[in-house]
Amino acid sequence: MAHRIPAAGAMPKLLIGLGLLLTLGFIATPIFVIFEQAFSKGLAFYLASVQDPDTIHAVLLTLATTVVVVPINIVFGIAAAWAIAKFQFSGKKLLLTLLELPFSISPIVAGVIYLLLYGSQGLFGGWLESYGIRLMFSWPAIVLVTLFVTSPFVARELIPLMQVQGNDPEEAAATLGASGWQIFRRVTLPAIRWALLYGAVLCTARAIGEFGAVSVVSGNIRGETNTLPLQVELLYHDYNAVGAFAAASLLTVIAVITLLLKAVLERYQR
Amino acid sequence: MSHSVKHDGSIVARHVLPGFGLTMGATLLYLAVLILLPLAALLLKSAEVGPERFWQIVTSPRALASFQITLGAAALATAFNALYGLLMAWILVRYDFPGRRIVDALIDIPFALPTAVAGIALTALYAKNGWFGAVLEPAGIKVVYTIIGVAIAMAFTSAPFVIRTVQPVLEDIQPDVEESARTLGAYPFTVFRKVVFPAILPAYLTGNALGFARCLGEFGAIIFIAGNLPMKTEITALLIFIRLEEFDYPASASLAVVVLAAAFVTLLLTNLLQAWHLRYNGRA
Repeated sequence: MAHRIPAAGAMPKLLIGLGLLLTLGFIATPIFVIFEQAFSKGLAFYLASVQDPDTIHAVLLTLATTVVVVPINIVFGIAAAWAIAKFQFSGKKLLLTLLELPFSISPIVAGVIYLLLYGSQGLFGGWLESYGIRLMFSWPAIVLVTLFVTSPFVARELIPLMQVQGNDPEEAAATLGASGWQIFRRVTLPAIRWALLYGAVLCTARAIGEFGAVSVVSGNIRGETNTLPLQVELLYHDYNAVGAFAAASLLTVIAVITLLLKAVLERYQR
Repeated sequence: MSHSVKHDGSIVARHVLPGFGLTMGATLLYLAVLILLPLAALLLKSAEVGPERFWQIVTSPRALASFQITLGAAALATAFNALYGLLMAWILVRYDFPGRRIVDALIDIPFALPTAVAGIALTALYAKNGWFGAVLEPAGIKVVYTIIGVAIAMAFTSAPFVIRTVQPVLEDIQPDVEESARTLGAYPFTVFRKVVFPAILPAYLTGNALGFARCLGEFGAIIFIAGNLPMKTEITALLIFIRLEEFDYPASASLAVVVLAAAFVTLLLTNLLQAWHLRYNGRA
């Protein structure tokens, strides 16, 4: 365990001072500047900005995407963690690498690969079009790329924890005749619930904030396929910077809530 | 841990626990449809381009300039975070000071804040009339629409990697080793260099590699502050996006393959570092 010493002496004080200065200036100031800019034309303008119909539509589209993506990736994360942490099989390392792959892929590349698969010039594009289905530049495309970029979050929190916990409690339950669902529900879930929630929080934050990948496949149709981060960009390029910061302030509030939840959940996990 | 599960070389011979087929099947199906299939589409589409045209695209002056800008800014950002991250990991683990927990929570801001939001906030801060720009520009340091701006945006989004990789390793170092070195008369810096630094080195390098990889792929935080001048501040991710908007899919696909290959090399490097890291810690 770490032993922290009270900061006495010139050197520790200097290091702490430098660290605080850099963290405040470099990491924390962007948060403050967002609100300063958002309210720079007063409260009335701010309220009008966040009630702009296109912005409200963007909020709803972002929420709809998140509500679909997060539960799917929770189920996927649990399934992957169960298979990987509870059983021995060869190729496990490869599977783990594959699972984390979306974290190493640039959001732009993530968007491009989906466009090359389902776009009109894409691999399945012509086949889909012959059935009158256009997947790209629509909400389903946004859901697909968001699933891609957020897929590792839950599994990545659960696998190390379930590996450390071992199989003994589950095996005892199985020997006593519990069904698979009963074992999961009564034995595994209570032991992993905080890590699961933690992964879900991170997955939600990313699903709400994803920009690059969504930007490629959404087509940026105003009031139709603009998510909230895309709406921020659109307003900014429309020379409505204050409106952009007002929309951004909504995302910033979500980010701050995420940080608070993260801090709380980290303490529960210990 | 249970040892009752036997290994038959490919899959488990006898499961005590149920659900292997179901969960493994679901996992493989999901990975195949959502991750492998789109990646295969990229490889097929870029193969259609043909080697000659591919080479022409990725060695065009504008593409080469974008690689140079991306790599150069990522190197600057990683160098900054190597120092900043080490400083923060050290003071957060070793010292007790008022507000330590709050500072520890603030470190995750770049991961929690959507990249586009970070992008416009950084632009507002470092612009000529911004809080920092108003000080920097009269001093002759122009950030917005320069490679420094690109590097700052990259450094912001990848700042937590070094800190979060080094912190747990630093927490695990036994303090008595350091203390005995100190009682034997070693200077604090000598103790750090000879005792602490070798122990955290694998984790430190891993954190830097992860941060560097993130810099190479970043898009949202950069495009606002960069000004996106071709040959000057245009990163590769943006060039891919511009080619898409021009419906030049072969060019986007070819450039995307280069970015993907760079990501794979960094991933491989990180995995090797992590293997070294585990061996190192296992020996200690």
